[in-house]
Formats: sequence, structure tokens, C-alpha cells
Amino acid sequence: MNPAGGATLFGIAGAVLVGLGVYGLIVSGQPLRKLLALNVIGTGAFLLFGTVARRGAAAGLAADPVPQALVITGIVVAFAATALAAAIMLRLARVAGSADLDDAPADEATGSDVGGRRE
Amino acid sequence: MSAADFVDVGLAALVLAVAAFTILARNTYAAVVAFVAYGLLVSLRWVQLRAVDVALTEAAIGSGLTGVLLLTAAARLRERAGEGEEDARPCSPTTRLVAAVVAITVTVGLAAAVIGLPDPAPTVAPLAAAALPDTGLGNAVTATLIAYRATDTLLEKVVLVLALLGLWSLAAEDVWRGRPGLKQRADPDGVLAYFARRLVPVGVLIGLYVFWVGADHPGGAFQGATIVAAMWLLAMMAGLADTPPVAERRIRLVLAGGALVFFAVGLAGLALGDAFLAYPVAHAKAIIIAIEVAMTVTVAATLAYLVAGTPERPA
Repeated sequence: MNPAGGATLFGIAGAVLVGLGVYGLIVSGQPLRKLLALNVIGTGAFLLFGTVARRGAAAGLAADPVPQALVITGIVVAFAATALAAAIMLRLARVAGSADLDDAPADEATGSDVGGRRE
Repeated sequence: MSAADFVDVGLAALVLAVAAFTILARNTYAAVVAFVAYGLLVSLRWVQLRAVDVALTEAAIGSGLTGVLLLTAAARLRERAGEGEEDARPCSPTTRLVAAVVAITVTVGLAAAVIGLPDPAPTVAPLAAAALPDTGLGNAVTATLIAYRATDTLLEKVVLVLALLGLWSLAAEDVWRGRPGLKQRADPDGVLAYFARRLVPVGVLIGLYVFWVGADHPGGAFQGATIVAAMWLLAMMAGLADTPPVAERRIRLVLAGGALVFFAVGLAGLALGDAFLAYPVAHAKAIIIAIEVAMTVTVAATLAYLVAGTPERPA
């Protein structure tokens, strides 16, 4: 398998990961699951960058360093966004009694939880 | 099919299978655990792509820290919701169908873009390699992060600080100056405390090594800082140390320090040199190390505080 051909396979796997994540993002009702799905989309997109980097191998470097550096920055930023989202989710659970995103009226969907609000 | 190809294809299938489990699992906690495994498998993919710096980052941050963060969140949400009602009602078949169509469309579009990538591939690798001697570094990825595209890295530091501010803004009125997260309770004679006492010194050393070696080999400030942050978190979880209150001035100085040093260097470049963040070639290595040291300390503290969460206890 030549480097470019191998890299293309990695890219297609990345595309499938993004697709899986998009599906999860739409169908899951729980914010935490949506957050996981978003992270799967992120890794898929990063692997697409990795494909481009690997294809750009030249001048004795095994992969183009610029997409790699972008991905490293991206991973850190994705982590920061995930941390903020998780904190918002916990805050929502504390204030509303549940972090569910159901459209149904709160008293019907979560019943007694609303009475248990802390603040 | 050679053995290497076999490993390639097998690992690709495994990554996709674990990702599918993460998305489709009924139990949220199981999905988060699968996500941690997924992150580690993805970092192996990065090794296969010969991007070892990215592999280290993905393993440490994408899998490790994100895993701790989400496991904690999942446990706290479950505690609140109670067993049994943790999974939201399943959505309608129509929604599933629409979601599947959208997902397949996105995948096919991206796959087509990958297949249609130009050949030979455009690359700036020769430029990056040619300028390496000027930076005094041997690792082109580190050079890209700290020198060629330093503005990206600077702005990323700012994003980290902003995320932390957002996290802190969610605190309740009476504890917003206090300590993040819940009080950790661990048996001081237990396995966790023992493990933390043994591992933390070694781990901090490894973190510093990964940071230092990043100049010429895979590694660097982010990866090293993440390992140090993980060690700090381990000590906190084992009850060996408590997170300092967020109102402490020295903590805030550490958290802002990385971006401030970076900004100062950038402005100095503007005043003395050619451009914002321009380093004089003669002193490039020294300046880069100064930035990296400040960055490592700040990133380690910021990541630890991001995982520790919103202040919930009085100082």
C-alpha cells in the first residue's frame, strides 16, 4: 500500500466517523450523548486533516507539519469546549432537576424532578 | 495483503466499531467508557499516520482528560436522575431515518472530497523543513506551533482562559470564589492514595520530559502539560491535595501567565523586529523555550481547572 493510498483509506474512515457522529448528534436525546457524538465528529474531522498531512509528506518529513499543528490546537480547543458544555449540562441539571432536552412540558416529562429544584 | 496492511484494516474496523458503540449504546456510562477506549484507538491511528505528536495529544487530552471529565459528568447526572431513567425516550423512526440520510450524505460528501484530493498533494513540508534551523528546533510540528503559526497557539491560550471564565461564571452566587467540584473522599490508606503517592512524582517527571524533548522529537508543551495536569488531578482525586480556590491571586496569575508572556513576546516582536510574534533568529531558541515554559505551566493548570469544574464549595 503506497502512502497516498493508505492515507485515502484513513480519510474515508474519518468521513464515516463524522457521519456516525452526525447521526448520534441528531438522534440522542441526552445532552451528554450529544457531547460524545460531537467529539466523535471532531476526531473524524481531525483524521481528515491527518490524511491531508500524510499525503503532504515531503522534504524528509513523514507528514506535513502544518495540518498536524492545527489538529493539536484543535484537540485542545475541542477539550475546552467539551469542558464548558459539561459544566453547562451539570448546571442545567442542578437548576432544572434534569439535563433532558425533551420538548415535552417539564411537568409531564420529569414530574417530581421540578419540585426538587435546588435554587 | 501484508501484515502491516492487516493491522491497518483491522484497527480501522475496530475504531469504527467502537465509535458506533459509543453512539448507539443504550447505557450512557458504557458509552463514555467506550469513548475513552475509542480515543486510545484513534491515537494509534495517528501513529499509523506518522503523526506521533498528534497521537500523544489525542491520547492525553482527547481520550484521557476528556474521559475523566465526561465520566465525572455522567456519574453526577446519573446520581441526580437515579438509575433507570438515565436514558431519554427513544426518538421516532422518522427522526432516525432523517438522521441516517443526513449522516450518509455527509459521509459520502466527505469521502468524495477525500478521493478527489489533488495528486501530487500540495504541501508546505519543504518550507517548514527549510526554516527549521532558524528556530533552533528539530521538531517541525513544535516549530509550527510555537513559531510559524504562533498566532494560532496564542489565540488558543486565550480560548482556554475564556472557557475557564465561562465555567466559573456558572457558579452559584455564594461559592463563586470557592473551590471547584465536589470534595473528593478517598481512604488515605487505600489503593488510590497509594497509587497517587507512587505515580505522581514519576508522572510529573515524564510530563516535564515530554515537554523538553518536544523541541527535537515528538512531544511538546501541550502533551507534557496534559500529563502534569493529569498527575495533579490524580493527587486531588486521591485526597492528597485540594484544588486551591479560584479567587486566589497566584492561581489567576498562573492561569493567565501563558497568554500574557506570549502577548508580551508578540508585542516585543512588533516593537523591535518585523512583525507581531517575530523572533530574532539569534535568540529564537531562547525565546521559544521561555514561551514554552510559561505555556506548559499555564496549560497544565488550566486543563486541571477545566476538569475540576465550576466552583461549588466555599474557599
